[in-house]
Amino acid sequence: MAATSIKNLKEFSTSNDRFEGAHTLCPGCAHSMIVRELMNCTDDNLVIAANTGCLEVSTAVYPFTSWDTSWIHIGFENAATAASGAEAMYKARKRKGSLKDNDAPVKFVAFGGDGSTYDIGFQWLSGAVERGHDFTYICLDNENYANTGGQRSSATPIGATTTTAQAGSHSYGKKEKKKDMIAIMAAHGAPYVAQLAPNKWKSMAKGFQKALETEGPCFINTVSACCTEWRFDPKDTINITDLATDSLIFPIYEIIDGHELNILYRPKNVIKVEDYLAAQGRYKHLFKPENKHIIELIQKDVDNKWNMLQRREEARI
Amino acid sequence: MQHLKLLANDNRGLNELENGTSLMGWHEVTQGSILLSFEGDATHIAHLKSEERTYSGYNSYTATVASWRVLKPVYNRDICIDCQNCWVWCPDSSILSRDKQMLGIDYDHCKGCSVCVEVCPTNPKSLIMFSEQTLLEDALTQWPEKKKKEDK
Repeated sequence: MAATSIKNLKEFSTSNDRFEGAHTLCPGCAHSMIVRELMNCTDDNLVIAANTGCLEVSTAVYPFTSWDTSWIHIGFENAATAASGAEAMYKARKRKGSLKDNDAPVKFVAFGGDGSTYDIGFQWLSGAVERGHDFTYICLDNENYANTGGQRSSATPIGATTTTAQAGSHSYGKKEKKKDMIAIMAAHGAPYVAQLAPNKWKSMAKGFQKALETEGPCFINTVSACCTEWRFDPKDTINITDLATDSLIFPIYEIIDGHELNILYRPKNVIKVEDYLAAQGRYKHLFKPENKHIIELIQKDVDNKWNMLQRREEARI
Repeated sequence: MQHLKLLANDNRGLNELENGTSLMGWHEVTQGSILLSFEGDATHIAHLKSEERTYSGYNSYTATVASWRVLKPVYNRDICIDCQNCWVWCPDSSILSRDKQMLGIDYDHCKGCSVCVEVCPTNPKSLIMFSEQTLLEDALTQWPEKKKKEDK
């Protein structure tokens, strides 16, 4: 059960922080905005598992922990497995009545970065969703392995320069397109799959609450702007996320039961993808004359995707 | 072939070195650790404000990252409209907000990223970055005037 249906920000601000400060994430990191919002939007007890990544190494710097809830980390790839194991145990003990407080609502959440979700932990996540455990998986998608110095992941979009797909005289950065994880998870038949962004806090809080309330495996991809590897000023985290959602690079939508698609945010003024790219250092090389065709390609892909989403929403299939 | 043979003979279980010092064996290494965030019962912690909680020494709330800061945000109560934008987007849980009112900034946990300044909607902004050495009273006297809207 969610604590409150959040009507406005003032009301939301009365919730009690369960994610403590003095973690060592970069100043202006969107990871902690997303995690804080998840932990603030519910009063239920949370059992959180985390994949290796920025979030894990920064919030559990021995001998400190930033989590006021149960939190577990095992390996790079198995937050989904850890969460599903804990959930199976909880169900078994609840059935036997051997829990300390049998009625306290407990929710299971797994956090992973895009590297551990799209690449390394993909098989584990797929397995946990297929087994139908009652948990919520949240991917903090910053489009690269930021923890280890910005290597390419399969979430890195085409044209971005990373330390292992560098732009230079012979290359325009990563040549492959981003994997559509939301469609893959929806194809698993997960009851709730969504893509959310921290700048639209209300739709994000509602999405989190919905995922926590929904029984069964839920997957949420959240846009987490990374000031270090996307190369922008830390103060612009929310501005960059605004550009991302308004240029429809990251459309905000949900898919219920694998077929019912709802668009949660329609920008009043759709801006050009170019504006989003120009704000970040990792796309700087795309503005050279020889790379202009990549920007056109990205714009075309974004338009096609948006058309597809709108048609799917209309068709209700 | 020589080095392969050496590898095969390498005794991984050996925990006494030639000079008499001993290494920790694989079976002696701690496999994990449990850090308790709170002293005592933590069942209803979600319903408590941070000042009512009994943090243990392991909670990062007891640590500080103030030394990360070059600039610090200064808060001006007179202009603030309590919209709580800064609260929702602060990545370091450093905006102190109680009963729908903004109270100030937790300088122990603020890293000085200036996201709060960027999202502040008032004119002039009720949060402005000053250098770390500036005294809060001095900063408040240097507050800018209201800016006129630029003609579009």
